[in-house]
Amino acid sequence: MTRQPVLHVTAKFLIPLIMLFALYVQFHGEYSPGGGFQAGVIFGAGLILYGLVFGVEQAQRVLPLGVLRVLAALGVLLYGGVGMVSLLAGQEFLDYGALSADPVAGQHLGILLVELGVGITVTAVMVIIFYVFAGREKT
Amino acid sequence: MSLLFEHYNYWVAIFLMMTGFYTVISRGNLVKQVVGLNIFQASVFIFYISLAYVDGGATPIVKEGVEVYANPLPHVLILTAIVVGIATTALGLALIVRIKEAYGTIEEDEIREADQRDGKDSDA
Amino acid sequence: MATAPRKTVSTGGAVVEHLIVVVLLALLASTAVAVIRLTNLFAVVMLFGIYSLLSASVFLVMNAGDVAFTEAAVGAGIATVLMLSTMALCAPREMPSRRNKPLRLLLVALTGAVLVWGTMDLPGFGDPSAPANQHVAPRYIQESPREIGIPNMVSSILASYRGFDTFGEVTVIFTAGLGVLMLLAGRRRKKGGEES
Repeated sequence: MTRQPVLHVTAKFLIPLIMLFALYVQFHGEYSPGGGFQAGVIFGAGLILYGLVFGVEQAQRVLPLGVLRVLAALGVLLYGGVGMVSLLAGQEFLDYGALSADPVAGQHLGILLVELGVGITVTAVMVIIFYVFAGREKT
Repeated sequence: MSLLFEHYNYWVAIFLMMTGFYTVISRGNLVKQVVGLNIFQASVFIFYISLAYVDGGATPIVKEGVEVYANPLPHVLILTAIVVGIATTALGLALIVRIKEAYGTIEEDEIREADQRDGKDSDA
Repeated sequence: MATAPRKTVSTGGAVVEHLIVVVLLALLASTAVAVIRLTNLFAVVMLFGIYSLLSASVFLVMNAGDVAFTEAAVGAGIATVLMLSTMALCAPREMPSRRNKPLRLLLVALTGAVLVWGTMDLPGFGDPSAPANQHVAPRYIQESPREIGIPNMVSSILASYRGFDTFGEVTVIFTAGLGVLMLLAGRRRKKGGEES
């Protein structure tokens, strides 16, 4: 990657903000617009910006493809796991009321966990897709 | 005339849909076809979201003093559809990259010609 | 026409909202036409990014904040990057197609006309009594703050009422990611090698 000071400095300023915003969207999604899908694509966009500016090799040193593969599966597992827990607690699949003595608190917890699972999977898949496209050499 | 004011959202969505449809059937370039499919897809999103729009309604987040909200259900459907859409678009683009590597072109006409040539070779 | 006369909300805000929607939709339509006509794929991809951003604005005006958010990040951000990287691997220009264009244009116009005819019975834009706004939506709007206890109805429907559906969607995204990995991340076959 050639040295492009303007791009580097701007990116270094923007990437933490984008990621912080993604986390806000993820965990404040119950009160303001947001949730796992939005947070996932925003966090993914931050990582993709890093890869674009500093090169895919550098990005892969920060977050290797193998880790992302595990994360993508982990998000789906977390979602399904919440469903299984409520199933084992004697309720229907994905009925979060079973997660806590108070049904409303259970819903809170369930939604938080499920959205986290969605966010992890979406982030990981978006960055995986970017890695394999950008890492492919032209024939 | 009132029909125009009450239905323009559907008509623009249909226009966009047909624009995407025309791109897919009249162009041979695979990347252009994927862009056409995405335009088609976005028109469906606009159709759904315009169905959810309620005059004088607010964004569906509970707020003191607000009684009319937009319909949140289509929002949920489209929200997930957008993210699923980009994932499937990426799959389509990945297929295009592989086609380019196998055939050396992403023009449908040339791919078909190459296939026919190969077919004749193997028949002979 | 089944649309019953309804009392129009004649506040200035609603009129301005409709005006903004009309302008944005007109911009969307012209962008879409430009996308068809251009043959430089770089310009096509950039215009498609603009198209996505415009549709995100339309969603925002139509009170769909969550959707606008997602479309802006996905369409203008990630989709553009992906299409540009595809183009970097493929040809940057489109070749003229030898297809019969007037016939296809006629087919598209006919389909569009049938669809427009189909909209005649649909409820008006922004009609609160439309069937789509009558079925389960009022229940979600009235009961979800009490049942789920969170203010954002989109989140509570997405994760709780329709949790099963969302589970499926997440699985689709995961599967699509796996598919891309399989197609592009594997070791490249040598040219003219063991192709069957």
